[in-house]
Order: sequence, then C-alpha cells, then structure tokens
Amino acid sequence: MEHGSYADNSNATFSLTDEDHTLANAVRFSLNQDPRVSFCGYSIPHPSDNRVNIRVQTTGAPAREVLKDACQDLMMMCQHVRSTLDVAVADFKLRNPPKEDEDTDMK
Amino acid sequence: MAKKDQRMSETETEEEETEAESMSESESGSEEQKQESKGGGIDFIMSLPDVPRNVPPHVELQRTRVFANIDAPTHTDSIQYSGAFASVGLDNSFRLDQFRNNFRVEVIRFSDDGMDMEFDMIGIDPALANAFRRILIAEVPTMAIEKVFIANNTSLIQDEVLAHRLGLIPISVDPRLFEYAESNAPNERNTIVFKLHVQCAKHSEEEKGQSKKKKDEKKVPPRITVKAKDLKWLPKGSEFYLESEDSNSNSTSKSKTYTSFTCSQDSLPEFSNIKIGFKEPLDDINIARLGPGQEIELEAQAVKGVGKTHAKWSPVATAWYRMLPEVVLLEEIEDEDAETLKEKCPVGVFDIEDIANGRKRSTVARPRACTLCRECIRGGEEWEKRVSLRRVKDHFIFTIESTGALPPEVLFTEAVKILESKCERVISELS
Repeated sequence: MEHGSYADNSNATFSLTDEDHTLANAVRFSLNQDPRVSFCGYSIPHPSDNRVNIRVQTTGAPAREVLKDACQDLMMMCQHVRSTLDVAVADFKLRNPPKEDEDTDMK
Repeated sequence: MAKKDQRMSETETEEEETEAESMSESESGSEEQKQESKGGGIDFIMSLPDVPRNVPPHVELQRTRVFANIDAPTHTDSIQYSGAFASVGLDNSFRLDQFRNNFRVEVIRFSDDGMDMEFDMIGIDPALANAFRRILIAEVPTMAIEKVFIANNTSLIQDEVLAHRLGLIPISVDPRLFEYAESNAPNERNTIVFKLHVQCAKHSEEEKGQSKKKKDEKKVPPRITVKAKDLKWLPKGSEFYLESEDSNSNSTSKSKTYTSFTCSQDSLPEFSNIKIGFKEPLDDINIARLGPGQEIELEAQAVKGVGKTHAKWSPVATAWYRMLPEVVLLEEIEDEDAETLKEKCPVGVFDIEDIANGRKRSTVARPRACTLCRECIRGGEEWEKRVSLRRVKDHFIFTIESTGALPPEVLFTEAVKILESKCERVISELS
C-alpha cells in the first residue's frame, strides 16, 4: 500500500503487511545505496501488527520506481549469494569427500 | 580560469578572517562560503591538488573495522549511504558488478553427520546477513506435530504436556514435499500421521499374591521409556474413526477417520524411496516413562509450518554469525611482555617466536579464536597501545545447526530464496 501525494510522487510511504525487520532493513540498506534517494527509513508502528512502513524520499524520481529498483537489486544479490554458496559447498565436498552414510542423507 | 583564481583567493581570505573572528561570526562566514560553492565550486575544489582523491586510510579503517576498545566498541555502524564519500569523490552507491567481484563464500567445516556447517561469507552487508539468519530461524518451513488425538493416557505425563513434547520432536522429512494445510482437511499432501501405542506390563497375579518380603527380593518392577522411535508412521492416514451421529444407519459405507487421505502416502512417487520418521540419533528422544499397567494410545498429525508461529517448526537448532576478529600488534612485544601476553589470552590467540640472540617476540597465531574478551588490553594503558582488537565488518562467520529435516546448505539456499520471494512480492504489488 502506498501513501503519497498525487502532485509529488517523489516522496511516499509504503506500508507492507506480513513483513518485519527481515525485509525492511534489507530494503533500507539497498535504498540507501541508491544515489536518487535523499531519505529513507522504516518503522514498525506497533509490535503486534504485522506491518512495516518504509519511507522513501527521492531527489525527483518516482519513489515507487526507486523502491522497486531497490528490491530488484536485493534479488540480484540474493541470486549471486545462492550460486556462490552452491559452488563453494560443491567445492568443499569435492575436496573432503563425505563418508558413505552421508550419501543417504543427501537424498 | 581567471574567475576560478579569483574565487580561490576569496575563499582563502575568508578562511583567514573567520579564524581570527569570534565564534558567532565565524558561523556566518562559513554560510557565505557554502553559498558561494553552490555555483559549481565543487568541481573546482575537487581539482585542487591537496584534496584527497580516495578515502584516506584512517577513514577506510573506520569504515571496514569495528574497534573493540577497552571501554566500548567504536565505529560499529556500516556506512550504507550512497553519498557518504562524495566529498572525496568516491561513489558509495550500489553496483552489482562490484558486489559480484567482492563477494566470497568459504566453507570451513561440516560436522560428521553433515547437519552442522560453518562457512565464511565475505563482502556482504550485515543487513543481508541478518536477514538470512532471521529467515533461517523463523521462516524456513518444516514439518512438526500439531494435533494429537489421545485415546488413552494413564501415564504420569498430562495430556497437554505430552502433546507439547511430541510437537517439539524434529521429524526427518523434506518439508518441500508437502503443502501448507491452512484450513484444508488433512490429506496425504499436507499431513503426516503417526501412531503411538505403548503399554507397560502389569505385575502378574502370581507376583501380586506374593508376600511383601518376597516382593522386595524381586528386581526393579518393569518400566518402559517411550522413545521417539515408538511413533509409527501411518502412510494410509488416521486409524481412528470419527463418531458418527447414528452408527447403525451407516454401517455399510466406509466409516470416516480423522484424516481424508485419498491414497496411501507410500504409493506417491516422492515418498517411494524414503521412510518418514525419526533419524538416528534423534529417534532416541524420551517422550514419557511408563510404570506397570500404564498405557499411552494416541495419534499425532504433523503439518507444515514456520518458526515464526511456533519454535517447533524452526529448522535450525540455531543459526548465528559473528564478524571475523582481527588482532593487530601495534608494536613489537618482546621477552617477558611476550610471555605475559600469551598468558593473558584465555583462548590462545598469541604465540611466541624466537628471534636472534635468544630473544622472543609475540605473534598473532590464531586470531579467529579471539572472542574479543579484551583481557589482553586490560592492565594498563601501555597494553592498549600495544594490541588493537578489531572486527572485520563485512566478513561473517556463519554457523548453521540443522535439526535434521534438511542439510544446512539446503536450508541456507531456501532462506535466500525466501528473501527473493519477499522482494518479488513487493515488486509485483507495486507494479
């Protein structure tokens, strides 16, 4: 859900349900690294609501697009993390072959 | 060019003036400076020879290290803002290729059973490392016993305590093969049914009749310890029948049980090779102890869930990370001081090497073992000047202890996928 004004779409607050620090802090990190962002932050209005508010203020670009790009960046990073880990684990297992009983665990 | 020179001379004179003037006036002076530099002056300032072109070494150190000082850690924040180093002409904004070049994973160890894993994640921000850790603990799904139907329980353990204990037993089955039950009826796609029926033998009649004296001679009365392995998987679903409103009219049709399986789970291709249950050594978990004549008869239904709802669904015993410790000797530490330093450290970070003329010198042998207890810099200011304890901000030593449902590397991959799907959800909701 987006709360902003029609006249100026460069500032907006996004309210995400069923999310917490896990996503909000990661998105804030990603937003902070975007040069178009002049301010960003998040808050959890009440601890028993499953909701976070993410505030995005930009130097002119639409806040919605900037947030989408931040999420896109995060996804790309995640994909890279995943592939790097897979390679590292495969490498490790090749160097240290598992014992026989471990093979059954992997199935 | 002449214009620029003029501007330079102006700013120079102003600086001199403000230094000489009182505090209040110097403030107004700097404001004037700011206003002047707005007119494209930044490019000129950047072109000056003594403006640093890169992050100066001390700032770089503060950016990449946490300092564990004697009183408190300093420089604990990670600098994320894209314009943080704009004044030295360094772009701190996110570039994926840069991240790709810097990011590294090094697997350190696997435990013998393959369920514990330690690896180093290098070149990533704590915001992401922490997101992975939080997802591992709270949002990667597993199967756990959620409903317990107790037909008989004459043991000392109360029904609700027994049910809670059953819930906490880790089940060795890949949760990806199942769906979330939500409000659906329990079926072969979302539920695993277990049966537990154990009975401890009574004293025989003969024994009962015996005199007290003779009884005392007898060995310890029979007792049974109920273990997790006593839970038997029912691939065909529940064997308990629902109470029908009028049992007579319905005698011909098949009676309904507590689950509505359409087929047996072992006929499904994904379960054909595996036996759902409790893997060693986790099958040795105590559930209850039964005395003579006591009995437990129950059925338990396991469903898919996440650790956020209840810790029994958490796939990890725990998952944690710590930043890589860095121990630096700021000056040579020799002879007695070297011995003292070695003695000071409770985890054996320091070692001693022999140098010429029978002298000894301290070396940092095992910095990874450092717990940052700061014992080595306690005992006077001179020690603070000799040793510097730091942590590398973007180097995470990540440890995952799986409870057995999935191996740790698969759990981590699942966690990363969950973060991806969260991002995807935001993108699709904003589109």
